[in-house]
Amino acid sequence: MIQIPKDLSTFIREAGDMSRFTWRFFREGFRSRFEYAEFIKQCYVLGYRSLPLVALTAFIIGLVLTMQLRPSMVKYGVEVQIPAMVGISIVREIGPILTALIFAGKIGSSIGAELGSMNVTEQIDAMEVSGTNPFKYLVVTRTLATTLMLPVLVLIADAIALFGSYLGELMYEPLNLNLFYHKVFENLIYIDFIPAFIKTFFFGFAVGIIGCFKGYFSDKGTEGVGNSANSSVVVSSVMIFIIDLIAVQIADFFQY
Amino acid sequence: MNRTTESATKDAASLKTTEDIVLRVRKLSKSFGNNHVLREFNVELHQGENLVVLGKSGSGKSVLIKCIIGLLEPDSGEINVLGEDVLSLDSEELDRLRVKVGFLFQSNALYDSMTVRENLEFPLRRHTIQLDPKDELVLVMEALANVGLEHTLDMLPAELSGGMRKRIALARTLILKPSIILYDEPTTGLDPITSLEIITLINKIREKYGTSALIISHDMNCVKRTADRIAVLVDGRCKALGTYEELSRIEDQNISPFFH
Repeated sequence: MIQIPKDLSTFIREAGDMSRFTWRFFREGFRSRFEYAEFIKQCYVLGYRSLPLVALTAFIIGLVLTMQLRPSMVKYGVEVQIPAMVGISIVREIGPILTALIFAGKIGSSIGAELGSMNVTEQIDAMEVSGTNPFKYLVVTRTLATTLMLPVLVLIADAIALFGSYLGELMYEPLNLNLFYHKVFENLIYIDFIPAFIKTFFFGFAVGIIGCFKGYFSDKGTEGVGNSANSSVVVSSVMIFIIDLIAVQIADFFQY
Repeated sequence: MNRTTESATKDAASLKTTEDIVLRVRKLSKSFGNNHVLREFNVELHQGENLVVLGKSGSGKSVLIKCIIGLLEPDSGEINVLGEDVLSLDSEELDRLRVKVGFLFQSNALYDSMTVRENLEFPLRRHTIQLDPKDELVLVMEALANVGLEHTLDMLPAELSGGMRKRIALARTLILKPSIILYDEPTTGLDPITSLEIITLINKIREKYGTSALIISHDMNCVKRTADRIAVLVDGRCKALGTYEELSRIEDQNISPFFH
């Protein structure tokens, strides 16, 4: 009989558990008594409170990207194309992926730790005893909030990163803001924007469902809580890259 | 079971009638893999009685009450609470039953992100129809007054001591005025003075509301001061059942160490 390596069997088992957990989300998420108040609260906590970090990072990336690109572009005499190049890079890839990774680091870990801690201290059981479906109250609301908030954060991050890029340009030559944005958008087409925007919903869903799964089934003890927070970030980051890879293939298929 | 434990069980059982049974567990078995935690465990709780389930750590005491409240599904057996067969109830029926059965968790299980008031309002809002905020506050204050912590209304659990958290958890259990309260290790991790306060509260609640209580414990001070009867859980089975005095006379290697 073929012996399956322990790591592989653990991976297969966890993938199966994760699939069942995701299926339960779709099954229970659309049943009656939706937790509106908790959902709105989570949108505020997970979305609005992530804005300063996302905005700062996006601004710096836009600025740095422009400054790093400039010497090469000047060397080939195409510095006039910097806004277009930065625009396409940010809208198609850097904005969504960077925001999603920051979101996974901040929100994935916080959901994993919060639910893990609630599991360890029997708060999830207490919720069930109090006549509340803890899956709907904790998992459905958080996952929906991450799914809807990440695309909003990406749109804001894109705009701020482009503004950072404009300031990067302004450091070397006087440039009107309207002209800069005109150069950016005249080279952007719908196919640049729409697939990039759609994939952010999947990024957000991955961050939420993985964070909830890791926290909901965390091992007992403080080490278990730490492990859930840590593995939430690692697994959701890897999943973001996998989704990105698939999204690019699908977008290319429709583009050409 | 030897001759002495058998006679203690019979003596204790004869003190009660079958008509006032509020909770009955019959042949309850629960395993985790090869670990057989409960093996055909039997116990009955009578109206207004404090029944302690005594056993060493890891003997399955907490598993027993989690099966009773429907948090764990047993492998086999029967659980009847206030005339309802727990194992045949759907989730809505179970929620309705849980209004009448309070549960005090070992770790208190207070929601960290909520204030004391929100913690107490949570089961109230979930289990009952919409109440006027003023009526809610009256119920919250009444529950807090029962545990002597009215001044903690707007505090977070992290700002409270271990004993205060236990009392708030007890207030949350009381807010729905349950008929039965399940206490999971109510004095574990508390200093002797705070333990005594919790024990006094358990007895006071019984006197005031006439509740029946199933208390899981291995703290003999708590057992002695609260128990009308004691069920000793050994190897997943009810090894002996009786009053403190009856069981303390039993010579058995699994029972005597608790009482001497």
